[in-house]
Amino acid sequence: MARIVGIDLGTTNSLVAYMDKGTPRVIAGRNERNMVPSVVAMTDNGLIVGDPAKEHLTRNPARTVYSVKRFMGKSLEDVQGELTYFPYTLTEQGGVIRFKLGEKTYSPPQISAMILKELKLRAETHLGESITKAVITVPAYFNDSQRQATKDAGMIAGLEVLRIINEPTAASLAYGLQEKTQGTIAVYDLGGGTFDISILKLKDGIFEVLATNGDTHLGGDDIDRLIADLLIEEVRERYGLDLHAYPDHMQAVRLEAERAKVQLSDVLKTTATLDLPDGKGKFSRELTRDQIESLTMGLIERTLAPCRKALKDAELTPEHIDEVVLVGGSTRMPLVRQRVRELFGKTPHCELNPDEVVALGAAVQADILSGGTTDMLLLDVTPLSLGIETMGGVMSSVIRRNTTIPAGAKEMFTTYVDGQTGVDIHILQGERELAKDNRSLARFRLKVPPLPAGVPRIEVTFLIDANGILNVLAKDMRTGQSQSIEVKPSYGLSDSEVEQMIEDSFKFAADDVSARKLIEARLDAGALITTTEKSLLEGGHLIAPEDIAVTRTALSALSVAKDGTDPRTIRARIADLEQATKSLTVALLNDSLTKGLQGKKVSEVT
Amino acid sequence: MDHQHNHSTGSPRELPMARSMCWHCQSEVSGEYFCERCVKVQPVSKELDYFTCMGFPRRLTIDPRQLETKFYELSRAFHPDFFQNKSAEEQSISLGNSAMLNTAYRTLRDPIQRAEYLLDLEAGAVKNIRTSPPADLFEEILELQDTLDEYRAADRASDASATLCSKLQTERTMLERRQQDMETALQQLFAQWDALQDRGEATDQARAERDRILKHMRDILSNRTYVKNIVNDLVATIS
Repeated sequence: MARIVGIDLGTTNSLVAYMDKGTPRVIAGRNERNMVPSVVAMTDNGLIVGDPAKEHLTRNPARTVYSVKRFMGKSLEDVQGELTYFPYTLTEQGGVIRFKLGEKTYSPPQISAMILKELKLRAETHLGESITKAVITVPAYFNDSQRQATKDAGMIAGLEVLRIINEPTAASLAYGLQEKTQGTIAVYDLGGGTFDISILKLKDGIFEVLATNGDTHLGGDDIDRLIADLLIEEVRERYGLDLHAYPDHMQAVRLEAERAKVQLSDVLKTTATLDLPDGKGKFSRELTRDQIESLTMGLIERTLAPCRKALKDAELTPEHIDEVVLVGGSTRMPLVRQRVRELFGKTPHCELNPDEVVALGAAVQADILSGGTTDMLLLDVTPLSLGIETMGGVMSSVIRRNTTIPAGAKEMFTTYVDGQTGVDIHILQGERELAKDNRSLARFRLKVPPLPAGVPRIEVTFLIDANGILNVLAKDMRTGQSQSIEVKPSYGLSDSEVEQMIEDSFKFAADDVSARKLIEARLDAGALITTTEKSLLEGGHLIAPEDIAVTRTALSALSVAKDGTDPRTIRARIADLEQATKSLTVALLNDSLTKGLQGKKVSEVT
Repeated sequence: MDHQHNHSTGSPRELPMARSMCWHCQSEVSGEYFCERCVKVQPVSKELDYFTCMGFPRRLTIDPRQLETKFYELSRAFHPDFFQNKSAEEQSISLGNSAMLNTAYRTLRDPIQRAEYLLDLEAGAVKNIRTSPPADLFEEILELQDTLDEYRAADRASDASATLCSKLQTERTMLERRQQDMETALQQLFAQWDALQDRGEATDQARAERDRILKHMRDILSNRTYVKNIVNDLVATIS
């Protein structure tokens, strides 16, 4: 069977992993980084993704999309409150958000598909084979529309999504595989944009989720925002400048806030620095860990209520939890660790890299699906209650939250009026009493033969599959005939829209690929030119003059090729230059080794 | 309905798989979940009750660990994860069987749901949800409803509110004790039911005893649900 990869499609960063002889591994890119920033930029040369796109955040903010995950399965109305934070233009079409990048608009699944394609290519390059199947992770608390949108993204990227799995449970698979743990564990997952808590029982290779809870709009992004708001306010006070008017500077503030936050997990104070617009010079301000902790305490507190709810649903108290596992970059914050420790009364585990553990778990699940791993089985739950709207606008629960999936339930429907030929059904997801307070998933109309009121009996089966995605089947109990149901999603792309997007993606794929190859080759060329010039400066005296001449020739040949439009020529000149600088590289390495060894005791060397 | 299940002497009608022929190779399937000949997974019959499907006799005392072990074992047999490389038909059977298994486990795991389910099987007892208080609690519940209304209307900061709140707390303790008493009584009935089933007598006396236990169980279950809802309402109001 073809290989299946595991993908963590994150708010801030995304990763791809595979199972290598029983051990899950993350695949690094050519830049040797494991994470692909979840950023897509529309440049004059086409779309770019990841690290190069991240550079466009401050250069071209209106055309650079980040945190697309926050928009998956959402309508414009859902995100109204935070639109001011995003520099790009959003519109809506058929209940689905669209990003306006230049002339064209893109739905969140299309943007996510570009990130997925990047990961797909990365895996194909590394493994030397075509990759068409994947397991993709989503926050456990994602609703049906958000899961469906993720699946659509996979299809648009040319990937068959064999399974959507929950991030905390994926993490537990990686953790369980490594630690061989038995008992009850809590996985606390604070990512870039979402928070999940899952409580699992691990026994004899079965990973049984007892309860899950969370907040799909709470993460590192929100912490960065609070810090950024503080900096923006100070700039306003000190210089009378409102940075909101400068989208590029807003991005710079956001990135600086993130940088400061990350640094303050290791040190107690740091300095935030910003270039001010209109030639007003530089702004700098000292930030201490205490300051950002008191600033973000409220947000971190917000993660504790879902933890308590999950414990209650699992009918457990903190004493029953044997181990707590931390997932997501934001769990590096000391305050998060402290609050989690206080809640559960034990020190959380963080041996596994919190940035990578989800992707590793996805690779384990991929291996289970391909038949490689047979001793592990994940039994997950549906995070939200599924119901239908009944008379008076009340939600009647059909499948309760935290029910093990696959989960099925049957409901019987009939008519109230003689000769009625249809029954409208409105499917909802959520925990509130009234239909209007819950998430509308879909509507459909049951076809009923015209008969006296109450005579027709239509059995509707609601089936939540192992992906947590709803399937609906209807059967006329009088005739035994099944009817197919056309379900119109409330906040999602229709099947025909997805098909169109897949087609578009193939049509543009060829253009995209060559454009991207050129962009990447240029980027690599630029990087190599810079490092070679630096090396010549530092180590020119260490090598023979003819070697310097050869290097200089190769260097200028690459510069010429870089300005051309043929990626293959650029690659060839890159290879030439790499060959030419070999003696220089070796000389520098020897030199630095010699210097490094000086002044050290013998015992440290041997 | 015959509730004593016997593997060795069963006619095809009594086998756990109502469908006795493999959907794939048409050979006879002898009560297992997989065809012996072609090793294809077989759909669990919709007529099969949860006890039979999980391999337990129709008893009200079940060892939770044994039940869990069986649940895990059947999950390993049915879960869609293990059918990824199989045909669409097998995947669909795996999905249906897993969903059914999960419902069966959820129902049998909880003693109250298990008893309600058994009542449904044995006596066709629709879950008759009480709309009026049980006779012996009638006065108290009416009074409690009044107190709750007063409390909801009262100013939270007032002394009256505090008095009402402490009164409600006392009521809560009383009702929770009642609920516990009912659960103890249920436990005894469960034991009586199991003992009667174990004896397996077919006398008139045994039938009368069976009917008595079921009726008594149904009364307590519906009273318990009523009291539980009142307690939930109470807790939601005062917390």
